[in-house]
Amino acid sequence: MTTRWFGAPVQRVEDDRLLRGRGQFTDDIDEGALESFIVRSPFAHARIKSIDVTAAQSVPGVVALYLAADLPFGSTDLPILIPHPNLTHGRTQRCLASDVVRYVGEAVAFVVADNRYIAEDAADLVEVEYEPLPVVITPEAAAAAEHLVHDDVPGNVAAEMLQERGNVQEALARSSHRKRLRLRFERGAASPMEARAVWARWSEAEHRLTVYDSTQSPTSIRGGLAVLFGLPESDVDVIAPDVGGGFGPKIMLFYPDELLVPFAAMRLGRPVKWTEDRQEHFTAVNQERGQVHEVEVGFDGEGRVLALNDDFVHDAGAYTPYGIILPIITAAQVPGPYSVPNYRVRFRDMYTNATPTSPYRGAGRPHACFVMERTLDAIAAELGLDRVEVRRRNLIAADQFPYEVGVAWQDGNRVVYDSGNYPALVDRAVEMLGPRPAGDHIGMGLSPYVEGTGVGPYEGAHVQVLVSGKVVAATGIPSQGQAHATVWAQIVADALGVDVADVEVTSGDTRKFQWGVGTFASRGAVMAGNAMAVAAGMVAEKAKHIAADLLEANPADLELAGGRVRVKGSPERGVPLAAVAVHANPMRYAFGGGTEAATQFTPRPRPGPPLAVGEQPGLEATGYYSTTGSTWAAGCHAAYVRVDPKTFRLEILKYVVVHDCGRLINPLVVQGQIEGGVAQGIGGAFYERLAYDADGQLRNASFMEFLMPYATEIPAIEIDHIETPSPLNPLGIKGAGEAGVIPVGAVIASAVEEALGVPINEMPLSPLKLYELVTTRS
Amino acid sequence: MRVNGVAHPPVGDSRRLLSDHLRHDLGLTGTHVGCEHGVCGCCTVLFDGAPVRSCLMLAVQAEGHEVTTIEGLAAPGEPLHPVQQAFHECHGLQCGFCTPGFVMSVVGLLREHPNPTPEQVNEGISGNLCRCTGYASIRRAVLRAAELSQK
Repeated sequence: MTTRWFGAPVQRVEDDRLLRGRGQFTDDIDEGALESFIVRSPFAHARIKSIDVTAAQSVPGVVALYLAADLPFGSTDLPILIPHPNLTHGRTQRCLASDVVRYVGEAVAFVVADNRYIAEDAADLVEVEYEPLPVVITPEAAAAAEHLVHDDVPGNVAAEMLQERGNVQEALARSSHRKRLRLRFERGAASPMEARAVWARWSEAEHRLTVYDSTQSPTSIRGGLAVLFGLPESDVDVIAPDVGGGFGPKIMLFYPDELLVPFAAMRLGRPVKWTEDRQEHFTAVNQERGQVHEVEVGFDGEGRVLALNDDFVHDAGAYTPYGIILPIITAAQVPGPYSVPNYRVRFRDMYTNATPTSPYRGAGRPHACFVMERTLDAIAAELGLDRVEVRRRNLIAADQFPYEVGVAWQDGNRVVYDSGNYPALVDRAVEMLGPRPAGDHIGMGLSPYVEGTGVGPYEGAHVQVLVSGKVVAATGIPSQGQAHATVWAQIVADALGVDVADVEVTSGDTRKFQWGVGTFASRGAVMAGNAMAVAAGMVAEKAKHIAADLLEANPADLELAGGRVRVKGSPERGVPLAAVAVHANPMRYAFGGGTEAATQFTPRPRPGPPLAVGEQPGLEATGYYSTTGSTWAAGCHAAYVRVDPKTFRLEILKYVVVHDCGRLINPLVVQGQIEGGVAQGIGGAFYERLAYDADGQLRNASFMEFLMPYATEIPAIEIDHIETPSPLNPLGIKGAGEAGVIPVGAVIASAVEEALGVPINEMPLSPLKLYELVTTRS
Repeated sequence: MRVNGVAHPPVGDSRRLLSDHLRHDLGLTGTHVGCEHGVCGCCTVLFDGAPVRSCLMLAVQAEGHEVTTIEGLAAPGEPLHPVQQAFHECHGLQCGFCTPGFVMSVVGLLREHPNPTPEQVNEGISGNLCRCTGYASIRRAVLRAAELSQK
């Protein structure tokens, strides 16, 4: 295979329509759709005494109003996406609550009207009588279990899991030094710029349900809708069109609207749409990150970790639709790039009266990284050692791969790092960071990290060469800005020897490709990228076999290049790929494209029918890529920061990233992923905080008060790459989607701790928090 | 009001937001709505040539005024506007949802400062939120747009 496009900084093919304002986001689709609004609980925990919809239904323009009892699936508990034997008390909500609400934002009623303004007017008139119940809002309160979120879940514990490598108790006992830390990470929110939206149409004539959904997993939504509505999957199309950012929480099965909108469209026989507003997005869409860790570490006089005991609680929120993936990832990723010979980790997944949690970019990893890095800083402080040196002494060496960590991974397998060179990452980061800037109240932070990426089970792709010579390709997983259409075109173009501009990729449209899992966990490039390579490779082989008959050559002597299949070493002996596509379909009525060129070639005669048993017409193939293990990307971030001693404003003086995601498909795209990830990390470390009060009210559910960074808060970031290819897949690639965000909290904490000389044991920070820490100390 | 040079009849519903009017009545869906409270900047359009938040205006307030949306910068089939071209060259967008708002803000910024300093660039885009890019590529795009605009 030539590698002309793979690795090149190809400019994005997606840009033109998006720049002209001609993208197609879900709310852009109209077609005379009715509009809708969801009535949500204003209480974090309450019993519903009664619901009166009389006044709401009388508003002119209201078409339908649904409560739980109106839905055929109204008494069905929504699914647990990823069951686990340790999830002994999994609970999910129903589409609409009718008995008890357990978080602010839980859906109660659904109003459909001629337009959104009327739907909101009517929603205001839905009278719900609530009897407030005691609220459990922090993971600590959940663990104290003075009140229960679910009557039938003792202690608020959804799940508990204990894992151990080595013998921690014995190793702690013989450690010359021991240290205990309590580390706290608060909830954060992904906050994609496009909130969620769903549009649906039922065609009675075609017996077909079409759903546009700003989801990260249209294939799963399609399967679920088919089951719930009793339709064959072939009668359901789910399309994730342009999606305005995802970062994790746009993957669920289901958010209530993903059932209510198709249901209403089928019941009413008219297209129906629902578009979330920003305020409801803050509480209706899954959040993440809330954890409290109790750590005990044993180490020697050189700062080498001998034993680590981590006991943590994870804030599940009110329900566990996503299983226990998040605490499993955290438990797996605490040791990170370090050798921890004895490691014991127990977690409890705790119910609270807050929005459910599911992965948000980083997904359990930023907190894991924070825990390990805070621990190493504590060791360095205890021994009076250089912080970077302590890290170097604990890193896994470059010759220790594959490296088994000794705990379970999210896919049910064990955590095994496939390849990497962690000391090289740290060395390069130190080099790039350079000398400390002059001035006071300046601190340095450095954190290497690992990231399990490219998790299975599989993805697939379909690749077809048209008779025009152009290539179309499709895969099931959608894009939320990751430039899928560009990077997969690069992979396909290489395999078929065509120009990248001649490859058109569709992703996330079940009409084009029905199978697959979804875009999450930094898996798109690894899984769908390799599936593209498999399918395109199959097409290339087929092209060689057809062309061999036309050129009277041996398929093994042929290659694909310049849009032709040609004889290696005799490039003038060849046939256009377009003509091969014509010959791939033995028919009488060939027309257009490469037909004229095709008539210049007569296949050598062969016995039997034109389409032999087992052969398929068309120059196309469907291929799948599946894997048993994750690819482990890694990197190292380092920064100098200054904290103003009066205002406690954070100034990031320099921020460097060294990144290793194996072979880079497109350096521009990877750079964008890292820059965006770091910005999200900075937001989560210092500006963004979900401020829940004791009543479970989110007090800052707007962009006015939830402070996402603007350009003025985000510094320039210097990035370098090293490439240790993954041995697990033919392309040697690893995922890059979450790398930017993982260590940012750890880096900022370490740097601020040095700048101000106060211990930092929590995230996020803020000027107020730093003021409190400094004044409490003095 | 005139939108992208085309005159449109008066708006019927007095409480209709300008953003909703552009998107849902005129079909100009390139103007996006990200927060509906004037913070994110996705809905930025030019109002008599100056950037404004279309989610904070009623459509009736635009009567008698000239509105330019992202669709008005370059006609279909025509080359991209220099600001659009610069965003493409500099990988200044990922999901593309905030992009029309940024582009309109930058068009306004470059009218005021044809050769912006890095500080003016940051200031000029500090009313728009982007969750994908981390702004670095957008800053590069603004400087590139200034170059392209002067060619």
